[in-house]
Amino acid sequence: MVSPQKSAKSNSGDYQPQLQKRYKIDRAFQIISWMATLSGIVVLAVLVTGILIQGIPNLSFDFLVSPPSRKPEQAGIWPAFLGSIILLIITAAVSIPIGVGTGIFLQEFAKDNKIAQVIEINISNLAAVPSIIYGLLGLFAFGRLFGFITGGRSILSGGLTLALLILPVIIVATREALKSVPDSIRMAGMALGATRWQTVRTHVLPLAIPGIMTGTILALSRAIGETAPIIVVGAAAFVPFAPTLTIEGLQEPAFTALPIQIFNWVSRPQEEFHAIAASAIIVLMIVLLVMNATAIFVRNRFQSSR
Amino acid sequence: MQSEQSFASTATEQQSIFRVDNTDYYYGAFKAVRGVNLEIPVNKITAFIGPSGCGKSTVLRCFNRLNDLISGAHIDGRITFHGEDIYSKGVDPTELRRRVGMVFQKPNPFPKSIYDNIAFGARINGYQGDMDELVERSLRGAALWDEVKDKLKESGLSISGGQQQRLCIARAIAIAPEVILMDEPCSALDPISTLKIEELMHQLKENYTIIIVTHNMQQATRVSDKTAFYNAEATDSGSKVGYLVEYDATENIFKHPQNEATRDYVSGRFG
Repeated sequence: MVSPQKSAKSNSGDYQPQLQKRYKIDRAFQIISWMATLSGIVVLAVLVTGILIQGIPNLSFDFLVSPPSRKPEQAGIWPAFLGSIILLIITAAVSIPIGVGTGIFLQEFAKDNKIAQVIEINISNLAAVPSIIYGLLGLFAFGRLFGFITGGRSILSGGLTLALLILPVIIVATREALKSVPDSIRMAGMALGATRWQTVRTHVLPLAIPGIMTGTILALSRAIGETAPIIVVGAAAFVPFAPTLTIEGLQEPAFTALPIQIFNWVSRPQEEFHAIAASAIIVLMIVLLVMNATAIFVRNRFQSSR
Repeated sequence: MQSEQSFASTATEQQSIFRVDNTDYYYGAFKAVRGVNLEIPVNKITAFIGPSGCGKSTVLRCFNRLNDLISGAHIDGRITFHGEDIYSKGVDPTELRRRVGMVFQKPNPFPKSIYDNIAFGARINGYQGDMDELVERSLRGAALWDEVKDKLKESGLSISGGQQQRLCIARAIAIAPEVILMDEPCSALDPISTLKIEELMHQLKENYTIIIVTHNMQQATRVSDKTAFYNAEATDSGSKVGYLVEYDATENIFKHPQNEATRDYVSGRFG
């Protein structure tokens, strides 16, 4: 028998820690990842600064509540702003219940069989389909097939199309959030004689809600910035009146949204329109910022209440 | 209510509460445990011991049909509770689980208040009595009341691991089960917490039948009245299948084992 002390001694020569070299690699990697972060931030900062310099002078309450105009100094974004908000409301109202419900069903109730796997792959693929394709689908489904409800190419069709667009993202986010809840919680609930839904509702879902909220609001942020699909279902570039929240208002064939208004102004030759486009971009960014801040706030509230 | 009556009326043997007849346990096509024959005596502590992968947890989890949650898990055989086949159509697994409680290997309180951890099971099972009184009684029953009575509104996760496990026991007894299944309840706990739970088990067996899976053979000798030793053997296809080697009074298993594998295991020669 070799004594443990001796064997340890004789082996220690076989190890060459090369600490200096390993620390150097550490440091190098740290710098590389720091530079990667920095390059993203710099690009963003340049963009935001440029837009702020160009857009802030025109930003006023009048700009927000005025209709667009042929004269840039009189033009405003009220119809586009309201259009975006109404699109957002329709999209959220349709996509959240359907998306979260589907996610819960697939993750907690559906049996893990071939059909479920096929559905899962399809949903993941749908999340990657270009938005213009959704626009064409929306045009056919909502603009034509269900035209008697939506009024054809209207803000309602636009909202439904956007809902379709972000549905897969919400489903995937819901499933991932539910997946991250440990199985021991489900076991604990079921072992106490709770039904599956009782277990999910009281224990699993509350733990998953922060994740679901984050995914959903990020998806909605994407929807509010989309242009292509709503152009296909009828968003117009020049709409001088604001939409109303009535059945007729939602079926109104003329509507617009912020990204479309911005695109319209940017594509004009006059410098003045470029400036007010920058102002509209600032408004859109503020809306997105508020949404993301809400997501973070809600998530933190839920997490601290556990 | 109805199923409770049918359970009682068909009870043939007063002494054994569970009876397993020549049962095989499967996960999909994979046979995990073969040919188990077992009777679980009422108001006694029965310990399941054996090396890892011998299927003792699988056998345990079928007593409350919790294995139903694992896709593909099924049995071939007959497990009766008070004489009634628990896998028959007339038995509702949700009702069965109310009557056969379970404590898991890792303490898994709900991330809710201590109070709600206990009240949840009672609420969903339609408890009509005074909830505050039930919470206190259950916590006292799990020897936890004095430690948590001033922080019932705090999270069940804020207390120590040993306290969490006793909270899980309190949660289980709050819905008045007849049997408590324990799947290595002390394996994540320190020796003092373990001792407390073992003392608690001795109190609990006056009112409940307990089946405990344990890796700790001293624990089996300390707490159990009967011990079942499981082992695993290689099959022709190269996988392992568990089987019940020997089942007897704990004293006999540890002092006078009939089987050589049992003797080797309890004397610490393998496993």
